[in-house]
Amino acid sequence: MPYTFHTDDDRRAMLDLLGLKSEDELVQVIPEKYRLRGLLPIERGRTEPEVLRMLSRLANRNAPSTQLTSFLGGGIYEHTVPSAVKNITSRPEFSTAYTPYQPEASQGTLQVIFEFQTHISRLTRLPVANASMYDGASALAEACLMAAKITKREVVLVPYALNPRYLRVVRSYVSGQKIELKTIPTTDSGDIDATALHRELNDRTAAVVVQTPNYFGVLERPWEFEKEVHAAGALVVASTDPVSLSLLRPPGEYGADIAVGECQPLGNEMSYGGPLVGFMACKQEFIRQMPGRLVSATKDVDGRDAFVLTLQTREQHIRREKATSNICTNQGLLATRATVYMSLLGEHGFTELGRICAERAHKLAGMIAALDGYSLRYRAPFFREFVVACPTDADSVVETARKHGMLAGIPLARYFGASARNLLLVTATDRHSDDDFKALCDALKRASLVKVG
Amino acid sequence: MSAKDFSQTIYGKSRRGRHGYHISSRPTEAPRDIPREYLREGRIGLPEVAELQVLRHYVDLSTKNHHVEKDLFPLGSCTMKYNPKVNEEVAAMPGFAGLHPEQSDDDAQGALAVMHALEQALVAVSGMDAVSAQPAAGAQGEMLGLLLARAYFADRKESRHKVLVPDTAHGTNPATASIVGFETKTFASGKDGRVDLDTLRAALDDDVAVLMLTVPNTLGLFEPHIGEIVDLVHQRGGLCYMDGANMNALMGQARPGDFGFDMMHFNLHKTFSTPHGGGGPGSGPVAVRAHLEPFLPTPRVVEKDGKYRLDYQRPKSVGALHSFFGNFGIYLRAYTYITRLGADGIRRASSTAILNANYLAKRVAPAYPVPYGERCMHEFVATGEPLKKHGVKTLDVAKRLLDFGFYAPTIYFPLVVPEALMVEPTETEGRETLDRFADAMLQIAREAAETPDVLLSAPTKTPVRRVDEASANRTPVITVPMD
Ligand SMILES: Cc1ncc(COP(=O)(O)O)c(C=O)c1O
Repeated sequence: MPYTFHTDDDRRAMLDLLGLKSEDELVQVIPEKYRLRGLLPIERGRTEPEVLRMLSRLANRNAPSTQLTSFLGGGIYEHTVPSAVKNITSRPEFSTAYTPYQPEASQGTLQVIFEFQTHISRLTRLPVANASMYDGASALAEACLMAAKITKREVVLVPYALNPRYLRVVRSYVSGQKIELKTIPTTDSGDIDATALHRELNDRTAAVVVQTPNYFGVLERPWEFEKEVHAAGALVVASTDPVSLSLLRPPGEYGADIAVGECQPLGNEMSYGGPLVGFMACKQEFIRQMPGRLVSATKDVDGRDAFVLTLQTREQHIRREKATSNICTNQGLLATRATVYMSLLGEHGFTELGRICAERAHKLAGMIAALDGYSLRYRAPFFREFVVACPTDADSVVETARKHGMLAGIPLARYFGASARNLLLVTATDRHSDDDFKALCDALKRASLVKVG
Repeated sequence: MSAKDFSQTIYGKSRRGRHGYHISSRPTEAPRDIPREYLREGRIGLPEVAELQVLRHYVDLSTKNHHVEKDLFPLGSCTMKYNPKVNEEVAAMPGFAGLHPEQSDDDAQGALAVMHALEQALVAVSGMDAVSAQPAAGAQGEMLGLLLARAYFADRKESRHKVLVPDTAHGTNPATASIVGFETKTFASGKDGRVDLDTLRAALDDDVAVLMLTVPNTLGLFEPHIGEIVDLVHQRGGLCYMDGANMNALMGQARPGDFGFDMMHFNLHKTFSTPHGGGGPGSGPVAVRAHLEPFLPTPRVVEKDGKYRLDYQRPKSVGALHSFFGNFGIYLRAYTYITRLGADGIRRASSTAILNANYLAKRVAPAYPVPYGERCMHEFVATGEPLKKHGVKTLDVAKRLLDFGFYAPTIYFPLVVPEALMVEPTETEGRETLDRFADAMLQIAREAAETPDVLLSAPTKTPVRRVDEASANRTPVITVPMD
């Protein structure tokens, strides 16, 4: 069997010490009637080359977006991942360590988390950030639970243009508690309907969720309603894309109490949508209600700078049923990648990334809007993602493009029903060249000629 | 906190105007198409460091970690086994790593086949009827379990409010119960560290929705009356959830489905060799019996005539816990491990894990008694109580172990053992390593008697010595302050 050390002599000697004749005797603590006699109905073990052959065959049955020309987004984005980032986090010192419960032997992981917290804090302009959440969706769900606990209120207002996959998770997370979700409609410009928000806000409102850019790529103007939300005693929960914060006003500056988001785009693989990594940041006054792990700078007994897990009394292993959350294992290694990625790009590279994404997306949007029959669904400003209104149904556009090796985007009918039949969500990033844009436009042109029956 | 200059952080190494990594070969301009009102002003405040500096910084940090490839990581309940390299090679294959989750099922047939095959393998290991791999970690698996229970009872027009856990339960069990809106009721373990049937009977009533039980329990003990325990709960109309964090003891030996459990979670990052990553990512698939299957989260991966698709049409489903399909990259690693070991290797792995734990327990017991029982399964809980007379605590033993180049066991858990040291060596350690560790433990016990200061001032060989947690708790410093 692979991955064990013991020789027959080792096993013999160990059994001797235990006064046993066979290893079977050790399993006899399991009552006879439950002990499996034969082997599980799983095939027998294989050699490494056999396993690799089998799995590369399976890998080859996929057509990964990285090998096509992809304009998919919807919360998961393909950006350049620098070699240095991949290399650092493949080190076993990071990948095979555990949660840093013994700080003296875990300073590497602890300091990385501290730097992650700092990066996130600077991006969001909120003073507190935690060590990571499972993904952007559960981070938002936990933020809603946190807001309900802080305000002792039970209604959370969510925008219609919220990522529908986040909404599903938020719904499941709050379903066990007496929390009600209410949808705030979207205006014809694609952003939150402030009049409807005004109507729904009352003394039962725990939080108003604002996602910006929202699922349609549209940028919201939370600063226009933030004061009203706070005046009603509710919290502002911002769900945002960290890459967009390279250019856009940060949540802390428009009064968000809690900010959450997905850090996959920060140097992590798409990997069919998992593992992902969420972040959560908040105002100082809410630090003790925050879920998840937090690292603090401190000193050791010799006065040396050191790092340590802190405020653990919020967490499940100490506080049990009174914990702020049940999260234990989080997404450490992906947060590590995000940390190295942000450090490596730095102030300059990260700003550059945002600028390129915005420039690319606007160029593509302009090219598509100039095509016969195609237009942009919303006039509102966007960052690197936008909704295209197609002359035919978006599914058939996607199908035509796919025949030419392209993933044109996400048909919105997938999530928003038949009225969104012609709408296509398109993303551009630093990965796209002008040739890619031309190719997409050619495919779109062809698709508009396809007769749908 | 006293002055801290943060010069050793990446921020301390930053110099204005230094560039790390360029995305573009051309100079970029501020966006023209986004109105000013939306744009951030001034600097973000990220560091400015060169690529080699970044590498040196993080390579240096990495050397300050203990990790599995350095030496034994005997952390109980965490199954810190070897994380095979081939797993990483598979997860990095471009055909998998480069898939976008919004691609069509046709484009993802290989990925869906792996998801399906993994779920089927876990069905086999659990002896249950269906598996959803979606939860991102064990705790989220528990959450799914309790959401399933809630949906199941709602479907039967029953309303039950309580979750029962023994006092040996992991913290995530009661914490999860609260999140899902259940009230936790904790009951005392029996004198033998196991569930006492009379105590359980007394704790049970018609308001109990779920009993959550870790098997083997967090003392490393199998519950000999597991069948009766499950029956008692079922007789009162409740469901039984098995916390499967300790499946490394059971896989290939016995199946939770045969014990009568209704549902359970796996921790792929423990039992199935996927790396812990300094705190994740993990993966917490949930296995259920047929009566709970209709409530599983969507999408479900289904197979027909060799073709796979994602199915969202499950009207009774509890919804979703993850943005997409869970931690797919972890499925790849776990599935690689399962195919590599096979049914024979899986059985051999668990029996070796049990052998290693019993051997180690026997070797350290002269100095650190194991209060509950002769025979453990894959882990054991010893006590540092005898050392207290020398003014030495379990914490000091843990810190001293770091000086020997080992990580420390899980300490002060489970709560029922005073001065607990919970040790899980796993099957991927050899006898020499176990002996070295046992020798270190015994030497530390001698030091406790002869030179207790050595323990009280340990560790001295780690990158930093004992750190001040108290002041961090009083005034946490969570970030490098902006200048
Ligand atoms: C017994 C037990 N249950 C549950 C968990 C929670 O699992 P996770 O950390 O994957 O959320 C753990 C992990 O530490 C555990 O040891």
